[in-house]
Amino acid sequence: MSPELIQAAANNHWLAIAPELALGCLALLLLVLEIFLPENRHELIPTVAITGQLGLLLGFVWNLRGAQFVAFETFNGLLRHTQEGQFMRAFFMLTSILVCVLGVIALAKQKMPKTEFFAITLVVTAAMMLLAQCNHFVLFFVALETVTVGFYVLVSYFRTSPLSLEAGLKYLITGALSSAILLFGIVLLYGVAGNPTLPGSSAESMNFNALRLFLESNPDNFLASVGIVFVLAGVAFKIGAVPFQIWIPDVYQGAPTPVTAFLAVASKAAGFSVLLILTKNVFGSYQTLLVPVLSVMAIATILFGNLAALTQHNVKRLIGLSGVSHAGYLLIAVIAAATQPLAAGAVYFYLFAYLLASFAVFGVMTHLAGANDADQDLDHYTGLAKTNPFLGAVLAIGLGSLAGIPPLAGFMGKMLIFIAAFKAGLYTLLAVAIVGVVISIYYYFGWIKSAYFSTWTAPLLEGETDTRPARTPVSLNAGVMLAALAAATIVLGFYQGAFGEWLLAR
Amino acid sequence: MFTHLLLISIAAPLVAAAVIASGIPERLAKSVAVFGFSIPALIALHAWYHFPVGIGADYAYLMAYNTGLHELGINLSLGLNGIALPLFVLAGLVGLAAGLYAIQSGAERLKTYLALLLVMQGGLMGVFASVDIFFFYFFHELALIPTFIMVGIWGGKDRGYAAMKMTIYLTVGAMLSLLGLIAIYVKSGAENFDLITLREAVLAQGIVAGAQNYIFGLLMFGFGILVSLWPLHTWAPLGYGAAPSSAAMLHAGVLKKFGLYGLVQIAVPLLPSGAAHWVQPLAWLAVVGNILVIGFITIAQRDLKQMVGYSSVMHMGYAFLGVATLSSVGAGGVVLMMVAHGLSVALLFLLSTSVYHRTQTFDLSEMGGLAQKTPVLAAFFVTATMASIGLPGLANFWGELTIFVAAWAFSPLLTALAISGVIISAIYGLRAAAKVFFGQPTEALAKVLADKPATDLRWSEKLPALILIAALFFIGFWPKSLSTPLNEALESVYPAKVVTATAVK
Repeated sequence: MSPELIQAAANNHWLAIAPELALGCLALLLLVLEIFLPENRHELIPTVAITGQLGLLLGFVWNLRGAQFVAFETFNGLLRHTQEGQFMRAFFMLTSILVCVLGVIALAKQKMPKTEFFAITLVVTAAMMLLAQCNHFVLFFVALETVTVGFYVLVSYFRTSPLSLEAGLKYLITGALSSAILLFGIVLLYGVAGNPTLPGSSAESMNFNALRLFLESNPDNFLASVGIVFVLAGVAFKIGAVPFQIWIPDVYQGAPTPVTAFLAVASKAAGFSVLLILTKNVFGSYQTLLVPVLSVMAIATILFGNLAALTQHNVKRLIGLSGVSHAGYLLIAVIAAATQPLAAGAVYFYLFAYLLASFAVFGVMTHLAGANDADQDLDHYTGLAKTNPFLGAVLAIGLGSLAGIPPLAGFMGKMLIFIAAFKAGLYTLLAVAIVGVVISIYYYFGWIKSAYFSTWTAPLLEGETDTRPARTPVSLNAGVMLAALAAATIVLGFYQGAFGEWLLAR
Repeated sequence: MFTHLLLISIAAPLVAAAVIASGIPERLAKSVAVFGFSIPALIALHAWYHFPVGIGADYAYLMAYNTGLHELGINLSLGLNGIALPLFVLAGLVGLAAGLYAIQSGAERLKTYLALLLVMQGGLMGVFASVDIFFFYFFHELALIPTFIMVGIWGGKDRGYAAMKMTIYLTVGAMLSLLGLIAIYVKSGAENFDLITLREAVLAQGIVAGAQNYIFGLLMFGFGILVSLWPLHTWAPLGYGAAPSSAAMLHAGVLKKFGLYGLVQIAVPLLPSGAAHWVQPLAWLAVVGNILVIGFITIAQRDLKQMVGYSSVMHMGYAFLGVATLSSVGAGGVVLMMVAHGLSVALLFLLSTSVYHRTQTFDLSEMGGLAQKTPVLAAFFVTATMASIGLPGLANFWGELTIFVAAWAFSPLLTALAISGVIISAIYGLRAAAKVFFGQPTEALAKVLADKPATDLRWSEKLPALILIAALFFIGFWPKSLSTPLNEALESVYPAKVVTATAVK
């Protein structure tokens, strides 16, 4: 071994993954606390989880400017640290904090052990953060499986609810299927790139750099093409793109609302950050294969998501299916990213706007859900704006941003994607996206309508009780969180400031 | 202070809206709203009074703010040229009138109503003050969203359906125009949304003819939906019929002018050959569809508010005809007509609502003889009707006259058809005035009036109406105050007329 390699092995730069390690330790600390804290002090555990993560996030952002590992590879090329990776790490930590806040509200309505929810959320978050920086298929797969296995538990967390268990089982089966497809794709790529008779072959062909070099020197390899399509299929499952979206409505409905939010935002974002790494760098030389595959996927995803969402009355299914269409818009940007540097920035902006808007909406949903978490209907929103104007306003801002209405952040995200797509000459995709946006107005607006416009409801007869679940009063913490999300959604709509400059510098 | 004048005119109503939304008591909210509506109006008048002479199509009060997307060619760049100035003034005045009318309206959940109206006002000032065409679109949407909500919450009959239909139609229109604007951004090679930069880029090297054709098509239909070009107009009478009065005033009076302004200020100058390609269909749709077909439909209306809504759709036909002439005279006529129509239609919506408060019905066949009880209301209403028909001495006359003059060179046949539309509007306008105010009250009305005797306009209703009437007369007797800067600007951005001369033959 050369001296550099020995030195690299000896010094694995643990500091480079300090945030992930800290999250893991925090998760263990929670479990320890559960053992040692007296029963009546257990409500401290979520507080520890949330404040700990807030501290980590602040420390991370504080150190961002002087991030010493950016543009370096660590752990023998398993990880590659980039600016985008740093952004995604902060993104996942923020998501995790928000999920924990929602978790406190949702778990209070259930008779469930509570600590594990937070511990698993933290571990899943750490795995996603690694996933966003992966540079090697081994780490990629291990991180992805950690995320997926964590979600199996989280989705079926409300174990007394049959729907939650059903969702967990569905997620397990489809997830296992997609992992198998993904793994098969990885193996194909590994095998063909390790073939010594082909130019550019490598003994270490799981490494993204080696694989990229191999693909560049073998532009039309059939096995490699099959492998690429299989890997894309595995990722498409994560982002919920057609035809790998079938699990979404049932799982989103059955899963506890905070977990649905976690799935909708973080799992999707993790999929896209990986997809960008793969399509922009590793598979970059196979554009003739990627563009048609991803284009067909994007068109089907946008149309399916929007049309299917039109008929939904359960808001969890509705937001799940509308999330499918958002994956479609993002896919357009991923395709455009091959030629337009702007498009990658558009993906990150869109994801961030989507995070703010989604958590605003999920936050309101958590407050409106009853003990039966799967039963959340559009009818439950009637009169919300009158009885609780704050939640009504947050809901309208969140949904407006998801619908892409100016001056909210979601509009800027769509705008950036449209500009990038137009520059890249993707006119068909653009036309489909426009159709999708118009359809989506109908159901987003319908939701706002049920919360705002007074509709007639039958008065309760004597002896009848209101079947709608009681609305949870907004606590101070949740109120501050929701207000901050709504405010950020508005401000980011017309003032992007340094964030915008950072995105455009990609 | 004065360098940021335009920014203040946009920010003041938005800040006022935020203050009202924060939950202050209703009395205080009313005073805050008065400030929020007056500041833009005062700034508009100030900008008009001090507007520099001899700057051609250049922008006065120009100021650019970086919002973080400078690299992408998006800046919040504000300024006024001769074309934007009349509409900026219109937005200020109609906004003030609509705001004052809303404050006295006593609507349910008044604070929310005022806050939404203020957001709309901020958007409207922004639309006409934007030099950057991205923000031009952005502010339009900002003003549009409150309309939907206001129709849905405070609307009249069929409000749910009307709100949904409006939302979907206008979103389609907005999306098409957004695509057109992005297309200009990319195809001009400027990669910038700033109108000044775009003009320079197009002057240096025009957009290729094929691209011009489809971009103009996108903008024509996108803006066309927003301005209610026949047969894409069906949302308008329905929406205006259901909308609360102040929202209808602001939307029909000002916001709808967004599309026409976009055609005059952006589309025709930047895409001369694309415009020439589309003028014939545009002119025919406008004259046959908007003026004649809608004109006859308007005559058939029995509902006062629907009638005003349809008449506003009809008048857009003249404006489209003026755009189709592609000449600086025609475009000048369009801008004058937009201002005049904005003032008169806002006045009509205001007065119709005041009539409703006295008769409890919009049905024309159930009214009559109101003039004996409410002479001032009757006088105002007749004035507004005369203005809308285009009587000399009122602002609308100049706009229509100029459009007809320009259209004669374009097509005598279409001009003759369009002029016959004036007769149509005289028929429905005068008949409506006669039915509401003169003759004998019907039994149903007599009963309503016996329960609640009709009183004449209160000062809180008179004041907003007087603002609009004063503006109509001022421009009617002294059109030069607006047309001097307007002509200067149009003369220098309309090389499009050279292209027309060959295209029309």
